[in-house]
Amino acid sequence: MKRTVRKPVLAVGPFHPLQEEMEFFQLTIDGETVTDIDMRISYNHRGIEGISETLQFDQVPFLVSRICGICSASHPLAYVQAVEDIAGVTPPERALYVRVIINELERIHSHMLWVGLAGHFIGYDTVFMWAWKYREPVLDLLEEITGNRNNYGNVKVGGCREDIPDETIPKILKELDKLEKKTDMLTKAVLDDPVIHARLKGVGILSKDDAIKYAVTGPTARGSGVAIDVRRDDPYAAYNDLDWNVIVQPEGDVFAKAVVRLLEVLEAVKITREAVKKLPKGPVAVEVKEIPPGEGCGHAEAPRGETFHYVRSDGGNRPVRHKVRAPSFVNVPSFRASCIGQHIADVTITLAAVDPCYSCTERLAVVDSHNNIIQNYETLLKMSRERTAEIRKEIGTPQWKLEDF
Amino acid sequence: MNQQELSDRLSEINDKLIDTQQPLDDRIFLLCESKNSYAVNKFLFEQLSLRFVIATGIDSDDCFEVLYHYAYDQLGYIITLRAFIRDRENPAVESITPFLPGAEWIEREIHDLLGIEFRNHPNMRRLILADDWPEGVYPLRKACPLDKLGASSERSEGTKK
Amino acid sequence: MNWKIWSLKKSIWVFHVNAGACNNCDIEIVNLLTPKFDVERFGIKLVGSPRHADALLVTGVGTRQAVIRVREVYRQIPKPCVVFLIGACACGTGIFHKGYHVAGPLDKIIREVDPNAIIAYVPGCPPKPEAMISGVVKALSAI
Repeated sequence: MKRTVRKPVLAVGPFHPLQEEMEFFQLTIDGETVTDIDMRISYNHRGIEGISETLQFDQVPFLVSRICGICSASHPLAYVQAVEDIAGVTPPERALYVRVIINELERIHSHMLWVGLAGHFIGYDTVFMWAWKYREPVLDLLEEITGNRNNYGNVKVGGCREDIPDETIPKILKELDKLEKKTDMLTKAVLDDPVIHARLKGVGILSKDDAIKYAVTGPTARGSGVAIDVRRDDPYAAYNDLDWNVIVQPEGDVFAKAVVRLLEVLEAVKITREAVKKLPKGPVAVEVKEIPPGEGCGHAEAPRGETFHYVRSDGGNRPVRHKVRAPSFVNVPSFRASCIGQHIADVTITLAAVDPCYSCTERLAVVDSHNNIIQNYETLLKMSRERTAEIRKEIGTPQWKLEDF
Repeated sequence: MNQQELSDRLSEINDKLIDTQQPLDDRIFLLCESKNSYAVNKFLFEQLSLRFVIATGIDSDDCFEVLYHYAYDQLGYIITLRAFIRDRENPAVESITPFLPGAEWIEREIHDLLGIEFRNHPNMRRLILADDWPEGVYPLRKACPLDKLGASSERSEGTKK
Repeated sequence: MNWKIWSLKKSIWVFHVNAGACNNCDIEIVNLLTPKFDVERFGIKLVGSPRHADALLVTGVGTRQAVIRVREVYRQIPKPCVVFLIGACACGTGIFHKGYHVAGPLDKIIREVDPNAIIAYVPGCPPKPEAMISGVVKALSAI
């Protein structure tokens, strides 16, 4: 009698307290290995490109910074650069430095958020609490400079809306010193922990070839040996005047991406410190009267990758077409390349390694799963943590304790 | 490749292009008809090893356009290919997903929002519009004004139990 | 006072739903668990299933795809429960009101399922964690 083998299908999503966005992944498994993955997104689609066409050029930055909560400085920056391309406008030097400072502070708190979530997925809840605790001073700094912890609303066509007051500068430098010390300690601890090595090395590998074919950017690409960074390749704002390094790791696994992000936090601290010290005097904006007909492309390096905005103008006061390329829209499909062949306990951390910002991708989707076993996200998370616990038993607990920080 | 070499190599496909524009030093626009877009895209991605960034679909008044944006990171250039689709009744263009898997979702999104067909796309399914969004309604087309589909009308009924 | 309502006010367990949000509000909600604000000392915790929850935190504008699920989650939560609409988007679609994929303000959606739903609004973009705590306290003391 012929036995039909039904391939079980696991559904990951759509709701989980720590997975803020709704997304639906349908994994097909064979035993405990993932053989196929299907993704559907649509929940977050708010039609932003359509709404842009009804707004005036200077109203769009406010809309666009709400595409995603964590990339909320890079989206308006890319848009504003596209419009400045069309209008042939160069913002004053002080504005360029202010833009750098805000973007790098955002990079710091975004990567710390990721470190916390990654720790949560593999069962290091202390890392989660620690990383998010040390995000808070950065958010407080941003609130002092711009008035809001997120959604800064600080860029406009022609420069910045608000200046950094001189009194805040010593405070910024002090906070950066504190943050650098703590991040340095955490980085060394994470990079030396044998359990984390065993858990993350060799997991979720995205090869360099696949990284190019899937057109990924950001730490996802740099963790796979593809040395691209918009800040160096097509310098914008004041990045050309500052001294910093692009962090690249060749292995392509989750560990490499974690290393890239942690080291980028340290680089970001360096960049911000230099930008604050070199902040030139002068106005923070030039007046822009009208936008002539034309088209412009602007891009910026968001914490997750390249944000690219294309704007077409016909001389009126609204964009004719505004295209948003969010980094996660292009990074997320590379899951297919990095997830297939993995153990299901590694799925959560592989998905997290791309640092998906689903609202950037304006999607959410729910696919009705076929018949067969459905395990929810809770079970997958539990499996991931159990795997870490097993590894810990084999190797032994590390010497350092995070409570010491 | 330096600037001159890039220029020379781009001129290799001049026979497939209508025009080349360079409004700024580091922004190049190549214009072509939709029937040549597959060949030009393959040349840019495989021969020149440009990095694919994104594709944009536009409803211009007399035609549709699909813009393919590429980056040349060594010089910081953005090279955009504008493919004109003259047939407004049945807009279609050849899909580039077969040699560029990263374009799969991008083309599905353009199809959802503008109704442009991508021939030989391996997985053309709905991507970003809701499951109950009506077929044949393309929100980014000029003929489809936003307020007709706004919150006050055609709201999702959902599955009533 | 109804004992059900009374027991609701102590140590509420919340379930969080994202109905098409940009994530800012969601991250500020998760911030509540972290050492600076630490709402777990009040007994408030995030649960993984609506069936265990006393309160529903909804963020986001309510896109067409998401509202079906929001209704579903609301039906599953045991009543009485309090619905907190967090953020300007949830309170009334905010800056996205012209969007073609927006299915309308969430309070209307929830009242379609249950006209007597208890709804509290916490505006802000995003509301600061202090604002959320203050909103929760005000709502619970008003019940």
